[in-house]
Amino acid sequence: MQNDILAGLKNYENKLNTIWTKNLLDKGSTDGATEEEESKEFTSLFLDALKNGATSENLNSSKFEKLYDLLAGISISRAKRGFSPRETAQYIILFKEAASSILSEIESDPAKLYTANLELNGIVDNLTIMTFESFMKGREDVIARQTDEISEISTPVIRVWDGVVALPIIGTLDSSRTQIVMENLLQQIVDTESSIAILDISGVPAVDSLVAQHLIKTVSATRLMGAECIISGIRPEIAQTVVHLGIDLTGIITKATLASALQTAFEMLQLTVVKRK
Amino acid sequence: MERIPILKMGDFLLVTIQVDLYDQLAENLESDLINTINKHRSKGVLIDISAVSIIDSFMGRILGNIAVMAKILDAQTVVVGMQPAVAITLVELGLSLNGVISALNVEKGMDLLRAKMYNGGNEDQIDDDNDGQ
Amino acid sequence: MMITTANREEVAIIREQDVVPLRNRVKDYGVKAGMSILNQTKLITATSELVRNLLKYGGGGKVIVEEVSNGREKGVRVTFTDNGPGIADIDLAMKDGYSTGKSLGLGLPGTKRLVNEFDIKTEMGVGTTVTIIKWKNG
Repeated sequence: MQNDILAGLKNYENKLNTIWTKNLLDKGSTDGATEEEESKEFTSLFLDALKNGATSENLNSSKFEKLYDLLAGISISRAKRGFSPRETAQYIILFKEAASSILSEIESDPAKLYTANLELNGIVDNLTIMTFESFMKGREDVIARQTDEISEISTPVIRVWDGVVALPIIGTLDSSRTQIVMENLLQQIVDTESSIAILDISGVPAVDSLVAQHLIKTVSATRLMGAECIISGIRPEIAQTVVHLGIDLTGIITKATLASALQTAFEMLQLTVVKRK
Repeated sequence: MERIPILKMGDFLLVTIQVDLYDQLAENLESDLINTINKHRSKGVLIDISAVSIIDSFMGRILGNIAVMAKILDAQTVVVGMQPAVAITLVELGLSLNGVISALNVEKGMDLLRAKMYNGGNEDQIDDDNDGQ
Repeated sequence: MMITTANREEVAIIREQDVVPLRNRVKDYGVKAGMSILNQTKLITATSELVRNLLKYGGGGKVIVEEVSNGREKGVRVTFTDNGPGIADIDLAMKDGYSTGKSLGLGLPGTKRLVNEFDIKTEMGVGTTVTIIKWKNG
């Protein structure tokens, strides 16, 4: 049922905006002018919705549609601008406080005030949940985009010699990364008709049993294609962990440096590099 | 019944699989190939799977069978041209096709077969692009 | 997570000759969902494994192919239903290296690794239903 007191808030729009903006600035939950227009629009849409019969019983109705769209936009934009979850939640909570304080001024009957506040809570709590969902989505979008960028720039396949390709891996090797590494490496092997691939793991911070498993998979896939795979860049501490964890790398050619891996590749191809007199 | 053609090229047999395999077809290939090896006393078999878009555990097992059976008949088998996506899928599936020797393409496969014939089947041999033996 | 279906078709699997057309249908769905070649290959291989079980142990059955979405990304769901004898011990069947037939014994666990979601329901004497989902970027 529509609450008359809440519907009447429309007459206090400017006041509500002033209190809300002040609260936001006091708490440091806004970056000021950038959001001012959006905040004003939010207040206006919110009060219009209440006036037009939006209640806590029809939260999914079209009466809220514009309001939700605007709020989702604000939350996503806040996520992208680097606001913390607390600041974003406060944005909407402070709005509720501002509205609540005006209600206390315009209604003196405790029972009616209580009902009005309850109704206000019902509506704004739902908005808070929405804010969170949108905020998270905004963050996830940012993360997804960065993940794509990272995997693109971090798996370059280098043709080091005729018939030899090398792929330096920088960063942690998880299962989705391994997929990309494998795809790129195998495709390059096909494209360049290389019979030897060198996987350099100097840039991998740690090798646990899972990472080792990924490396073994990559080697197996390379061999299935008909090429050999050498793993280089094994640091002493990696050799130690591998043995301590009981990982079996005996079927794999491992070398300490990219240079010695290349040397091994030359031997396999029956090539020699000699110094010119 | 549909069959995959087997070409004889001197001491070698060449099989180019151009269609997607199903179980019966793969089983037919296995028996046809083994019979042909025996008939011509072939020394090597080259199976080109570059046009094959999927290999599941059954077809993988057939490839493995062929390699082992051919070996018993004193012939080397080389599988050539496996697609990257197929190789990755086989590894994820847990199939490493033990006993099957691979090469990147028909040319390299031929080189590998020849090298193996002169080397008595040394499996660690990696062929050289520019070898002129 | 809400999964919605956009497109759906049902294929009856009675003989081995039905397998290749089914694989092609599944591939079409994978292409439509925007999958990479690798993910298409994984999906089709998983389908091929499961449809073999359907024929070998279930004596045939039906397969439903669906274009699905979880709101964030598109995918393909394939459901295999047979009216066979059922699987006595699912936990055992899901272990690497187990098989009652003459396959390599890595059917189910290997197949599970190829897809993003894998669900199996079986009842002795009634049949088995396996549902898999492969997401576009999964």
